Amino acid sequence: MFNMVGNIFKNLLKKPVTRNYPVSKRNFFKGSRGQIKGVDISLCIFCGICERKCPPTAIIVDKKEKSWEIDPFKCIICGECVDVCPKKCILMEEQYASPSIKKEKHKFKQEIKKAI
Amino acid sequence: MPRTIIPFGPQHPVLPEPIHLKLVMQDEEIIEAIPAIGYVHRGLEKLTETKDFNQNVFIVERICGICSFKHALAYCQGMENLMDVEVPDRAEFLRVIWAELHKLHSHLLWLGLLADAFGFESLFMQVWRDREKIMDIMEETAGSRVIISTNQIGGVKRDINEDGLKKVVKVVDELYIDIKNVEKVFLDDYTVKHRLVGVGVLSKEDAFALGTVGPMARASGINEDLRTLGYAAYGKLEIEPIFETDGDSYARTKVRIREVFQSISLVKQAIDKIPEGEINVKVKGNPKGEVISRVEQPRGEALYYMRGNGTKNLDRLRVRTPTFANIPALLKILPGSQLADVPILILTIDPCISCTER
Repeated sequence: MFNMVGNIFKNLLKKPVTRNYPVSKRNFFKGSRGQIKGVDISLCIFCGICERKCPPTAIIVDKKEKSWEIDPFKCIICGECVDVCPKKCILMEEQYASPSIKKEKHKFKQEIKKAI
Repeated sequence: MPRTIIPFGPQHPVLPEPIHLKLVMQDEEIIEAIPAIGYVHRGLEKLTETKDFNQNVFIVERICGICSFKHALAYCQGMENLMDVEVPDRAEFLRVIWAELHKLHSHLLWLGLLADAFGFESLFMQVWRDREKIMDIMEETAGSRVIISTNQIGGVKRDINEDGLKKVVKVVDELYIDIKNVEKVFLDDYTVKHRLVGVGVLSKEDAFALGTVGPMARASGINEDLRTLGYAAYGKLEIEPIFETDGDSYARTKVRIREVFQSISLVKQAIDKIPEGEINVKVKGNPKGEVISRVEQPRGEALYYMRGNGTKNLDRLRVRTPTFANIPALLKILPGSQLADVPILILTIDPCISCTER
């Protein structure tokens, strides 16, 4: 009984445990795996290691076309591609992906230099 | 009074996952329970045969959401035995820390669900609020809240630095005080005791004959805990075996609450003794031969069988999960009990149907 009275006073003075969502948002911790945002295409050497290591085969790398493509709906955000990339050019973001109405793939393309 | 059959599940407010039970009733009493599983079968065992043995770590992690780290641990330990890989000491201690954090959050989740099952909403909220602290340190140290993906064959992927370890100790110390408060309600409250004491008694002989594992077996007086075998770094830590002898729902709750405190102590011991050094080694070659690997999960013993044929794909990966071993015990304790007790009885085996069906 007395325990309860103590708790009531404590709860009157304490801040609420929950967040007032749209006003105050939860901060992500540094290094948390939210989503694969894409690739820094100017650094990519199109080696294709990320494509081979990707467990759900969400990444497709085309060496001829010089393109790098990810299917965010297949991606399981394990972070394996980021770890194995020799150039460290795959970008991981802490914010998780927002919902989307279209099942789009993210494609990044490098301009092919013409021989002079 | 003629017999009636009441279908229970697969969708039911108390069930977190789909299991179907046909309850043969006479009045309010259950005569027989007929189970049906197969609602969340995903064919993960077959899928592992098509992937590289390193990629399989991510697949086995997704067998179960709650004990994902321990699934990966069982798989990695088995593969390391098969390929004669020596894992660095620091990696083994880090594995213990994450494994025990997983056990903590799994048991806290279960305590919350139990409170919800006997209709104690605020206790459920309180336990899950405490659990959130564990989820936060999991995200901070490993990068994700549930499927943390830090295991790999040959060690772990991420290291926890000095500050991180200090923060883990601080959080588990806070948690100790929180759970001590909640423990009083679970174990001493008149209403809670009324729902748990003497409900669904499983004798030691039955528990042994039906092959129950984990807290379910330990509540019936069988003292078996795979962690005492000393895999990973458990051999260097002090583990006190926990068991009760009553075998009812109250004993199962008691075992799990005591295991929460045991896990807190193990996390602190591991952080005390963690050595410096490497966290992983490179693995060369392909697996050949067969191996069995067992680990203690929050729900009991999980058994992994792997057979490699010298290529990068495995021939066979077989998983036996703890809930699969505990369902026969559930069917044993259901007959003779009241319909109102069915939700609690199903929950006290801590069912994980995704694990069972893979």
